[in-house]
Amino acid sequence: MISIVLLSVFGLANLFLGFLRSNRILLPAAMLMLGTVLTVNFIDWNAGSQSFFNGMLVVDNFSVVFTGIVVLTALLLIPFSEKYVLDGQPNLAEYYSLLLFSLVGAIMMVSYNHLLMLFLGIEILSVAMYVLAGAQKTNLRSNEAALKYFLMGAFATGILLFGMALVYGATGTFELANIKFAVQNPVNASLTPMLYIGMLMMLIGIGFKVSAAPFHFWTPDVYEGTPTFFTAFMSTVVKTAGFAAFLKLLVQAFPAATAQGLWLPTLTAMCVLTLAIGNVGAVAQSSAKRMLAYSSVSHAGYLLIGLVAFNGELEGASANGIFFYSLAYSVATVAAFGVLKLVSDQRMREDYDALNGLAKTNPLLAFVMTVAMLSLAGIPLTGGFFGKFFVFSAAVENGHIGLVVFAVIMSMVSIYYYLRPIIAMYMRDADSDTIEPLQVSGFQSAALLLLALLTVVLGVLPGIIAGIL
Amino acid sequence: MLTVLLLLWPVAAALLLHFFKGSVARVAAFGAALIEFVLAAYAALTFNGSNADQFSVNLPWIASAGINFHVGMDGLSLLLVLLTTFLVPIILLASFRRSFENASAFYALVLFMETGLVGVFTAQDAFLFYFFWEVALIPIYFLAGVWGGVNRAKVTFKFFLYTIVGSLFMLAGFVYLYFQTGPAANGLAAHNSDLASFYNLSLSAQQQSWLFWLIFAAFAVKMPIFPFHTWQPDTYTESPAPATMLLSGIMLKMGIYGCMRWLLPVVPLGVSQWQNLVLILSIIGIIYGAIIAIRQQDVKRLIAYSSLSHVGLMAAGVFSLTQIGLQGASIQMLAHGVNVVGMFFIADCIERRTGTRLIPDLGGLTRNTPILTVCFLVLLLGTVALPLTNGFVGEFLLLGGVYQYNAWMGAVAGITIILAAVYLLRMFQRVMLGPDSSFSATITDLTGAELAVLVPLIVLVFWIGLFPNTFLHLSEGSVMGILSEVVKR
Repeated sequence: MISIVLLSVFGLANLFLGFLRSNRILLPAAMLMLGTVLTVNFIDWNAGSQSFFNGMLVVDNFSVVFTGIVVLTALLLIPFSEKYVLDGQPNLAEYYSLLLFSLVGAIMMVSYNHLLMLFLGIEILSVAMYVLAGAQKTNLRSNEAALKYFLMGAFATGILLFGMALVYGATGTFELANIKFAVQNPVNASLTPMLYIGMLMMLIGIGFKVSAAPFHFWTPDVYEGTPTFFTAFMSTVVKTAGFAAFLKLLVQAFPAATAQGLWLPTLTAMCVLTLAIGNVGAVAQSSAKRMLAYSSVSHAGYLLIGLVAFNGELEGASANGIFFYSLAYSVATVAAFGVLKLVSDQRMREDYDALNGLAKTNPLLAFVMTVAMLSLAGIPLTGGFFGKFFVFSAAVENGHIGLVVFAVIMSMVSIYYYLRPIIAMYMRDADSDTIEPLQVSGFQSAALLLLALLTVVLGVLPGIIAGIL
Repeated sequence: MLTVLLLLWPVAAALLLHFFKGSVARVAAFGAALIEFVLAAYAALTFNGSNADQFSVNLPWIASAGINFHVGMDGLSLLLVLLTTFLVPIILLASFRRSFENASAFYALVLFMETGLVGVFTAQDAFLFYFFWEVALIPIYFLAGVWGGVNRAKVTFKFFLYTIVGSLFMLAGFVYLYFQTGPAANGLAAHNSDLASFYNLSLSAQQQSWLFWLIFAAFAVKMPIFPFHTWQPDTYTESPAPATMLLSGIMLKMGIYGCMRWLLPVVPLGVSQWQNLVLILSIIGIIYGAIIAIRQQDVKRLIAYSSLSHVGLMAAGVFSLTQIGLQGASIQMLAHGVNVVGMFFIADCIERRTGTRLIPDLGGLTRNTPILTVCFLVLLLGTVALPLTNGFVGEFLLLGGVYQYNAWMGAVAGITIILAAVYLLRMFQRVMLGPDSSFSATITDLTGAELAVLVPLIVLVFWIGLFPNTFLHLSEGSVMGILSEVVKR
């Protein structure tokens, strides 16, 4: 709870810092704020479950760790906005404020206990993202991305809200525990179809936010047009918060025993579709950024496996799997986008060939990108492997062997496109466009190194955080 | 603790290597690898010969899932750790003549790979084994991919994909087995992945039948066994010499070792079901590799196919499930490692001097190079399995094992010795003897540094050939242990 208050205050404070008209202090200030929130957040660790606003928000270990992931992701990402500082980008203070506000939304999404709070959280997060997608005001692609994202997002929000209304109509409550009770002890059997339609509409609404197929169509275009820095934010924070919210909803409102008949086939179908579209789509891309967009769709698919495997406990194997997966995925994705941002800022292109010979010109960038790609591909020694391992074994334990086999085949496919940047960096020679070494500040190098180190630590010593929920 | 030290030292050295440049990095890497060998030799001297795990360390790794960092060595592990730690410094020394761009990264990767290899040979926990299995793969991918020949990107991509797909199948098998186990003695988690608990599972013949293929997939690709071998000749040819030596000298043994440790005793009923098929595939590989080797014009490719043929015989020996077959495989792993590294080094020496590896371009090299000729001949005869050399002991035992299983198979597999003599001696004749080529007058003999590589190898050729019991004793207890696990069920 204290993190929500702090972040809101910090967001406002950041707006006022903008009046100083000095971009230089904004970046350290934002980092300091995020660092403070990250530290303070863990005060609530193991403090039991505390509820606020008449039980509309509940802070427990689950919300603490997921808050930790989203704030940490933002903290690790923010060094890559250094170019905006140096270029004297106008409105930078507003961007940072929007980032902080969107984090407030994300935290509400991982600690809601009431559907209204879920809705508010999603909206706070999304509205900020609509604006940030169009952050490059003079760039046509960026404007297109913002418009697309906004139109589609607004539509999805409407469906989500409609779904909530139907669920309310069927159960008479917005409170998660009460919904659960009403689902388990239906008063009026004729209302069940309404409940199910409501649940499906909520599924569609959240599915859109986490870019799960068949609600993923906006993803490649929006990711490509959005400035890389905000794309990274979109594909990590939004996804992590979305899946945490999804899991809470499934476990706390629509328990396995009664609702499984509806959830399981729907989620399984979405999962298979998402994995297939994400991975096969990524193979066909020639732009590294679009590849990462499809890869983010495919990772939504792997996370959906964690949802399929849920067994009715917010502390069970599936929550732990999703937690570990989100963390490993976020770290690796920030690293990949961080490198890509440095490349695209200075070479003005985002295709694979822009990476040619990077190992010779910037060994550190190439190394970090390699670690990130191996982690996203799920190769051991990186956190991504254990993310997949935990999610898949949770699914196997609950008997979804066929789904896991499919997911494993899809991760074999993914090796193809994750190796392409590595091949470009290490096995191709630099061409005339890419022969100049990129300028990377020491600050950003340190951030990149930290990201690579985190990924490796997660991959070598997963025991430190595995199963903490 | 010694095992942990063996695992950590190369990584630490690899990290420290980044502070050195060029030839200093080379020397530092060689020194680090020598220290590692001394550690392994110390372990061998204090090894007490029983088959129980020694130097064992068992710490929680992922406590919530019952997965432990459990490493230890029995005789078989020790044999392969000795092979690895002996060959790595030799391979580093062999690469002294070549200067690699970004040398410190190159040597750091070699040392890093050493950790993976030692880990594979000492892991006693299934997921730890898988972890090290891939840790060994990543460095070799970059070694071959960054410093390799013209087609490296394509070739190493195929290699990477083949091996990773194979090992994912193995991982799937392990996950299935993991969920069949109960909690560990002192663990909180519901399951555990210790090797011993895998040995104690009671699975139906049907389960074991498909589990066999899941686990075997990884080993079959790594060895490689026909028809999973298509990545191998290209990768061996395109890789830089040290990477080829690592691949053929040590990495291929991961597959054989994996079969002996993680396949035969874990799914014995599956093995007995498919034993015949695997033996037939191995024998096809023996003959097929040898026949293709005869037709090769490229020395490196010829050695690659000869390696394919020899590994087929090792696999056949392992799957004969006889004591002499397994013992033969153990000693042949050692012998093949020594011989193939030596052969690739000789090929590299010739290529460096003449600029070509093509047999038709070479000829009459022996005139100015008596020492090179002798070294080449000794290693070649070791590979051909002439009595008194290391190859003879291994192949004799292996063929004995296959013969015990099925006399006809033994007879067909025995052709390998004749065929090996055909392609190797023919190559020797055309490269070293025969009419003079443009290089015969200008080629220079081996230098002292090159001899330093070859002398230890040649000593081992005779040591294993004359006193094989030094090494056979080491692995005997483990082999008996494995066989008793197989028979138990």
